[in-house]
Amino acid sequence: MNISGGEALIRSLELEGVEVIFGLPGGAILPVYDPIIDSPIRHVLVRHEQGAGHMAEGFAHATGRPGVAMVTSGPGATNIVTPLADAYMDSVPMVCITGQVPTPSIGTDAFQECDTVGITRGVTKHNELVTRAEDIPLAIRQAFHIATTGRPGPVLVDIPKDIVDPMNPNSDMSWYWPSDADVSSSLPGYKPTMKGHPRKIKDAAELIARAERPVLYAGGGILKARAAEALLELAEMTGIPVVTTLMARGAFPDDHELCLGMPGMHGNYTAVTAMQRSDLLIALGSRFDDRVTGKLDGFAPEAKIIHVDIDPAELGKVRRPDVPIVGDCRLVIEELTRAVAALDPERRVDLTPWRQTLSGWQERYPLVYEQSDDGNLLKPQYVLEQLRDRSPSDTIVASGVGQHQMWTSQYWRFNHPYTWVNSGGLGTMGFSVPAAIGAKVGCPDRTVWAIDGDGCFQMTAQELVTAATERIPVKIAILNNAYLGMVRQWQEMFYEERYSEVYLSPDLPDYVKWSEAMGCIALRVESPDEVGPAIDKANEIDDRPVVLEFRTDSGEKVFPMVPSGKTNDEIVVDPVQGEGGR
Amino acid sequence: MSPQSAAGRDVPAPRHHVLSVLVENRSGVLARVASLFARRGYNIYSLAVAPTDDERFSRITVVVDVESAPLEQVVKQLNKLVNVIKISELDPRDSVERELMLVTVKAPVHVRSELIELVGVFRGRILDVGHDELAVSLDEHPARLDDLEELLRPYGIIDLQRTGRVALPKLERTPSTGLRAAG
Repeated sequence: MNISGGEALIRSLELEGVEVIFGLPGGAILPVYDPIIDSPIRHVLVRHEQGAGHMAEGFAHATGRPGVAMVTSGPGATNIVTPLADAYMDSVPMVCITGQVPTPSIGTDAFQECDTVGITRGVTKHNELVTRAEDIPLAIRQAFHIATTGRPGPVLVDIPKDIVDPMNPNSDMSWYWPSDADVSSSLPGYKPTMKGHPRKIKDAAELIARAERPVLYAGGGILKARAAEALLELAEMTGIPVVTTLMARGAFPDDHELCLGMPGMHGNYTAVTAMQRSDLLIALGSRFDDRVTGKLDGFAPEAKIIHVDIDPAELGKVRRPDVPIVGDCRLVIEELTRAVAALDPERRVDLTPWRQTLSGWQERYPLVYEQSDDGNLLKPQYVLEQLRDRSPSDTIVASGVGQHQMWTSQYWRFNHPYTWVNSGGLGTMGFSVPAAIGAKVGCPDRTVWAIDGDGCFQMTAQELVTAATERIPVKIAILNNAYLGMVRQWQEMFYEERYSEVYLSPDLPDYVKWSEAMGCIALRVESPDEVGPAIDKANEIDDRPVVLEFRTDSGEKVFPMVPSGKTNDEIVVDPVQGEGGR
Repeated sequence: MSPQSAAGRDVPAPRHHVLSVLVENRSGVLARVASLFARRGYNIYSLAVAPTDDERFSRITVVVDVESAPLEQVVKQLNKLVNVIKISELDPRDSVERELMLVTVKAPVHVRSELIELVGVFRGRILDVGHDELAVSLDEHPARLDDLEELLRPYGIIDLQRTGRVALPKLERTPSTGLRAAG
């Protein structure tokens, strides 16, 4: 049967199981928007293409299914470069369809033309310019296959207008749907390794049995591999404590006795120091990011390393592993659990002294802040505790980037996987509002809070119009301290309080009026006793977006902190806890 | 220096590595490979690309300057490209290498026969003869090209173009004990 390339594209997306597209039409992608009217796929019309990209990411973070964004050529495509880079850094499965000028016009500086595949080459797992209508179904199948298998990531498919426009003979094609075999034979260079090497797994089990101070260093790969249960089993069977990186919050329950929480630059003292003193780090889908290791020369100096990752390029990229294992985290962890269980229990070192040391640190260096008096600005940590305690335990939390992100990661109790949506690797300000919208579209029955800063909010707030129009009832908490807070913190600590271009004003814009103008219910919260009731009220509203603006103390800094360029031994705890030494 | 002495320089400088990269033969693949080197700041010393006997694939022979970065990461990052099928590092001691050079050199009558003799010693060819110039070609080991280039320089090189090296692994000299994959 002959159909147009545009119809073939939409039909291909349907057959890939796509339920929702986040997008914004324009000239070059126009013919694809016509068949959308007749398709069961929901389309969410965004107000800026960056919003479409982050929504697709938020959808993918929360559901594990690939997010789909569709935008036009030229500026549509360049506006989505940031979300692509974000998804690439955080290994988020995402498929982005961009319109392109008609094939005869490519290279002529046509209206709204840009070299989309050239521009996005470095920020996608793969991208492809499709030049013939009959190639569309295979290109779409390949895109979903590549985005969701191996180390997930964003894939972009660039589609010239003439091959999707039914008025143009170039769009005429005879419909077919490629089989799995067609897809794999069309990608001869793409075969992710899933199963770990049995001998390496045996070596790893031996190291685990002999370690006196082991730490399971869980990264975002645990979530990507759906390996949270497997990790819990390994931790409980071995009694080894677990740190969860910023990308892995929720991969292991915070309330579990073996959970040490987040390591890294703003990690808690125990998680940071446990890694630092460890004699065996078992890295599972984590990548020794500079925010985790601090100064690399001084990182975990006595630790042997077992490194499990599905991406062979991660092994040895930063820290040379003693036992490298390429494979899918879930499969490898299951094998590892069996291999350790098969060892003679007599040979396994008793970890009680290590766990006692750790709980000693936990008692001595908990997260602390001082509650503010009535009439003074709110403490952001207090707001987060209240949000946490007054919202359902399976609430999905999205955040922007900066101080509020670190406080959210520190103070929330993540006890379920896929409840934390954030921009870790790229650190994209403005991520939270659109990402929360995408998460809510993917999980309509769950409460979704975006915890945002005032700086971040101003970058992508217009997507609340999308949320109000489309009836996507997300909740936004703005921690308004009138500053670009994290930059302010660095200027205070490392630039002798010389504040340069970080002041934003607490009431310009008026966040309540602005939010109301975008169709949200909005409340300003200024004193501690108003915090709880405002959150309760927000949690009750389920028919439109809600924005709570909390006026917070700009003097509050994120602690602990490992200053940039220092080793993790030089962690600075809250001043009330004194020196952070051993 | 006699051409034979080139045997002693058969090995390229150690900071260079020769990678043979089998890729899908389609548009954009070379750009992906090249930009991967570029973004990590690795300099490509020479590059040769052409389809293999199977037209679906091309072989890129790339000589890369990896003094500043470990080769392992280059290879692993290249392997992540979806269109890259196989990468082998060719140790110059275990591979056969060839490169083609075209040179136009000044050849006034009084030195012309001397030049023709020199090219003959290298088993090069005279491709074209002008009033007082010669066009010469040599396909040989890259080190031999270096030698001829050096010897021609005093005569006055007008134009010179080299292709970059291509290479294949050396073949087994003894019967192999294991099975060899067919095709």
